[in-house]
Amino acid sequence: MAASTTQPDSSSWQRLFRYLRRNSIQNTLKMGFIYFMLTLTALVISIPLVWMVSTSFKESSQVFTWPIEWLPNPFRWQNYPEALTSRPFGTWTLNSITIAAMSVLGHCLSATLVGFAFARLRWRGRDVLFLVMLSALMLPQEVTLIPQFLIFRQLGWVNSLLPLFVPTFFGGAFNIFIMRQFMVMLPRELDDAARIDGCNYFQILTYIIAPQVFPAVGFIAINTFRNRWNDFFHPLIYLNDPKLFTLALGLRTFRGEYAIEWGYLMAASLAVILPVLVMFFFTQRYFIQGMVFTGVKG
Amino acid sequence: MISFRKLRIRQSTQEEWAGWLFASPWIIGFAIFTLGPMLFSLAMSLTNYDLFTWKWVGLLNYERMFTIDDLVLRSLGVTLRYALLSVPLHLLCGFCLALMLNQKIRGLSIWRTVFYLPSVLSGVSVIVLWVLVLNPEFGLLNSILANFGIKGPNWLGDPNIALYSLVMMSLWGVGSSMLIYLAGLQGISSELYDAAKVDGANDLQQLFNVTIPMMSPVIFFNLVLGIIGSLQTFDTAFIATGGGPAYSTYFYMLHLFSKAFLELKMGYASAMAWLLFIVIMLLTLVVFRFGAAWVFYEETFKKDKKAKGA
Repeated sequence: MAASTTQPDSSSWQRLFRYLRRNSIQNTLKMGFIYFMLTLTALVISIPLVWMVSTSFKESSQVFTWPIEWLPNPFRWQNYPEALTSRPFGTWTLNSITIAAMSVLGHCLSATLVGFAFARLRWRGRDVLFLVMLSALMLPQEVTLIPQFLIFRQLGWVNSLLPLFVPTFFGGAFNIFIMRQFMVMLPRELDDAARIDGCNYFQILTYIIAPQVFPAVGFIAINTFRNRWNDFFHPLIYLNDPKLFTLALGLRTFRGEYAIEWGYLMAASLAVILPVLVMFFFTQRYFIQGMVFTGVKG
Repeated sequence: MISFRKLRIRQSTQEEWAGWLFASPWIIGFAIFTLGPMLFSLAMSLTNYDLFTWKWVGLLNYERMFTIDDLVLRSLGVTLRYALLSVPLHLLCGFCLALMLNQKIRGLSIWRTVFYLPSVLSGVSVIVLWVLVLNPEFGLLNSILANFGIKGPNWLGDPNIALYSLVMMSLWGVGSSMLIYLAGLQGISSELYDAAKVDGANDLQQLFNVTIPMMSPVIFFNLVLGIIGSLQTFDTAFIATGGGPAYSTYFYMLHLFSKAFLELKMGYASAMAWLLFIVIMLLTLVVFRFGAAWVFYEETFKKDKKAKGA
């Protein structure tokens, strides 16, 4: 009787021993520790975001209760329309979209053209200029900030959206660099074949090279959009008229009031980051690829 | 034969023209928006230009920065302290997260997305969120701490703590450096680890003798960019604390901003910009100097070996 009960026990012990021999105790502990740490980090990272979403549906009295009501009851979705109509959010959104869209266009165009020149054409002065561009990559922006402001002021562009996107049409060192790195990897025979078929350089670029570097264009577009959408410093300097504010700048006008209406503030903040969030989820692959490409191979 | 050579010459002059033409947007842009402004700002830093009048003052602006205006050195100190804290912490946390994700983890892409998400969302919204999270009375963090019977500090209101709170806020965006390290780790060939295992190296020895040397160029690159970026911090301090309390988070860029765009002292602010530029260059130089000693470049190593073999 006793023997029969201990029998299955000992075999399961044996199985455990076999398992442990295969994946030593140390290893099991290690993986356990890793999963524990990862979960902890994921919690620390995501809790503020979840709290943000939850707070955006609360009225002020619910915000300050303990324990935290993760699912607010009553569920005050009206925070969104109320917060968004308390300020000219429509105009601000339009301004942000204008700046972001024009900058995306500017950076994609200029990076493709200039990247092509650096990657696929041989011309005197190319290597020197490329080195100059690489050092410009590390140049902090504040040295050029004030003169640029004065130039745009001279042009009468201060308090307009122009200074915020016109420079992008002249290319950014970082984007050109990425584009060049992508283009350099394509085989030379592509250009030669196209030349034999009678293509000029512009045709080589548009028909042969550009379609091949779609991931780079995608990354530049996404990254530019995100940076411009989130940009606070430049709009702060160039835009004074509240009608010209971008969303990032407009959000700050809530600053004086946040002690009173946290729900509004969180609703407005979420509305502002929503486009970036949606974009990230749809284009994650390009984004991560591009980040990795610049970080590791750069 | 002759016609062939002519063709080649024609093609190469054509290519020459095309090269300059295609690169012209950047060349023009560089002249207008970078090179010109740099020289302009250098010249301006020697004047007292204030948008209306200007007078040549020589090195007076630079002298003032170190004598009369004690906020310059003070804000530089705050900025350097911030950089000294946040850059190594970002490196350490990003690297550790990447190491953990590189251990044949289940659901890698989900972890990666979660960790990377906050760095996508940078901007005013996130800073505003943190201001509320760190609110001393009703903020999320202190509410949680209170639940454990701990009275949380006034994160952004206490001059002894505010700067560390900003470092903590920046660490929330550690995902971007993690991503880059992870890609670097995945690029290390497994042969190296196999060889190390055959030699009887344990996990820790593999980390210090294989992983870290192989990752050193990536670490180095991130270190340089991290230093440059953190010395230019502006948004977080401007929105979350406004430089206070008691100037404890008064970053260099805040002072530059207020001199240039609130007091309109363009000449003086240009001089300040050049001082920051010099500091950044010096730090980068120091990092490069030290980098030469510990950064391991696989390609150069292989080349050296080949050269010695031949």
